[in-house]
Amino acid sequence: MTPATAVGSAAVFETCREEGRAALVGYLPVGFPDVATSIRAMVTLVENGCDIVEIGIPYSDPVIDGPAIQRAASAALAGGTRVEDVFAAARAVRDAGAVPLVMTYWNLVLRRGVDRFADDLAAAGGGGLITPDLIPDEAGDWIAASDRTGLDRVFLVAPSSTPERLATVTGACRGFVYAASTMGVTGVRSSVGTAADELVERTRAATDLPVCVGLGVSTGEQAAQVGSFADGVIVGSALVTTLLDVEPEAGLARLAEVTRELAAGVRESKR
Amino acid sequence: MSEQHTSEQPKSEHLMSDAPGRFGRFGGRYVPEALIPALEQLDEVRQKAMVDPDFQAELDHLHKTYTGRPSIITEVPRFAAHAGGARVILKREDLNHTGSHKINNVLGQALLTRRMGKRRIIAETGAGQHGVATATAAALMGLDCTVYMGKVDTERQALNVARMKILGAEVIPVEHGSATLKDAINEALRDWVTNVHDTHYCIGTVTGPHPFPEMVRDFHKIIGIEARQQVLELTGRLPDAVIACVGGGSNAMGIFHRFIEDEGVRLIGVEAGGEGVESGRHAARFASAEPGVLHGAMSYLMQDDDGQTLESHSVSAGLDYPSVGPEHSHLKDIGRAEYRYATDEETMEAFRLLCRTEGIIPALESSHALAGALDVGRELGPDGLILVNLSGRGDKDMHTAAAWFGLIDAQGEGTV
Repeated sequence: MTPATAVGSAAVFETCREEGRAALVGYLPVGFPDVATSIRAMVTLVENGCDIVEIGIPYSDPVIDGPAIQRAASAALAGGTRVEDVFAAARAVRDAGAVPLVMTYWNLVLRRGVDRFADDLAAAGGGGLITPDLIPDEAGDWIAASDRTGLDRVFLVAPSSTPERLATVTGACRGFVYAASTMGVTGVRSSVGTAADELVERTRAATDLPVCVGLGVSTGEQAAQVGSFADGVIVGSALVTTLLDVEPEAGLARLAEVTRELAAGVRESKR
Repeated sequence: MSEQHTSEQPKSEHLMSDAPGRFGRFGGRYVPEALIPALEQLDEVRQKAMVDPDFQAELDHLHKTYTGRPSIITEVPRFAAHAGGARVILKREDLNHTGSHKINNVLGQALLTRRMGKRRIIAETGAGQHGVATATAAALMGLDCTVYMGKVDTERQALNVARMKILGAEVIPVEHGSATLKDAINEALRDWVTNVHDTHYCIGTVTGPHPFPEMVRDFHKIIGIEARQQVLELTGRLPDAVIACVGGGSNAMGIFHRFIEDEGVRLIGVEAGGEGVESGRHAARFASAEPGVLHGAMSYLMQDDDGQTLESHSVSAGLDYPSVGPEHSHLKDIGRAEYRYATDEETMEAFRLLCRTEGIIPALESSHALAGALDVGRELGPDGLILVNLSGRGDKDMHTAAAWFGLIDAQGEGTV
């Protein structure tokens, strides 16, 4: 089988640069509240201004996720969500016109087989992987598979990262660099703080790749603030929260509203 | 003792791959990037400490004056009569301060915590033994301490929860997931990634990201160093088999390590067979599992077809874990150690037998090793010599044991 040639996120950042704004990256887990609704929710993100959709695969032991995403992941797994479901989600996001990236804990990829996972994702229109518990030092198989398929390979940097680590990590990335701007788990935070700004600056010293900031953004105002210094604003828990404890249709309406606010935010962040 | 662990070189290193933190294809560092600087700092500080005479002297002093090392060995002939007549010798880690081997590792890591200038220590615990040991070391050294414990385990080990609180630790019950050891580790990792600037995560077993598996083993290898010499002095020869229970596998690595180069000595790890491997309710990783990544390390892992972690089961909270230390996986792969399992039922029978024949109440975890010794003794016959690591005492398990043997009714009232 000839490997599919994946289309990653590079074009998105080019477009955003031309428009003088940051990209909006929205995270949702596949399978919450159920697989079909979760895919509709991802399409809702795209229709309301998300440039990149980060599709989470629910995992039994989500050690970097806070309460909102833990709850959604547990519910998705209890509802029978399988790893396989991520490929249909990727296809739907691609067809809706955004770049689908899959965010996954590493054992789920390892179990399927790194090459098989990469091939399946590329064939489904996926743009790449974000790997929160995989560092480049352990990623030999994945680096080879992503080189072969053209998938984006997004590793994370953190406020604790030394200049040496920033060089190592950004050197291994393709597409963009994920700056996890606060030390801790995913979740909404009342202020984004100064750590994000500093981390982006330090990361830029190590790479020319776009730098996206995640962990904690929930409002249009915060999106505008982060978008003034980062190439992309990643929003997760605030989106997931719109779907918690609510009927699906009402949840999707809330999700559309929050997404529009965030999309307006990144468009206010003239750079 | 003539043989000091300060001068002991790791004997198994030549069996390992060259990659740092790897045991063959196992181990590694599968963690968020945010933790990498802390792991690098820990690795640097512990490597310096392991060759620093001042550090070793401080740890040795604590072992002698606080832990009660060297722990004794005890030959148990009345128990051994049920083990095919083989000689059975117990290494008495149950007699350590706090009641198990766990204190060896915790004192080492608490000293390292001070060296790193951190003032807070966190831990996960299953049976409560590691939590109690960590709370103890924190009290001794003036560190703040938080212990994460699965809600299910706080209920079956209520006495240890009280002990930790009395020692000044905060105990946080974890209700997420299966509410057992693996979920306590998840929550401890979340705490650590948030507070890593002033907090050390004192992992209680030979798992987790590098350097934990190697470091924890090194703090426990004194068990095997002492035991090897004690058995030689008592019997004039090396044992035919060294047997230990394996949850994460710290007590087993501790006693195995010094014997790895003694090729004639069988190293036997006994996992928790729970209600039987065919029932699916067990923690016999080597009998059923395939390699995967959990909590920062590649090792044998109970997982479904998608790679989701499966829930383990054991009568003993301390063995109730779906993965196992990566060095054990390597020792299994290269055939240097063998792994078998004991069911809950076999374990409880071995527990009762040691109580009734020798007047020693073992931890349920350690009772798995005793059950293994009964089988291995019958295989070896009267010429056999077996060393068992009695890793902990069973006081904490009285409620479970009393319920198992029908000594109390459901309300906890005595019936005899």
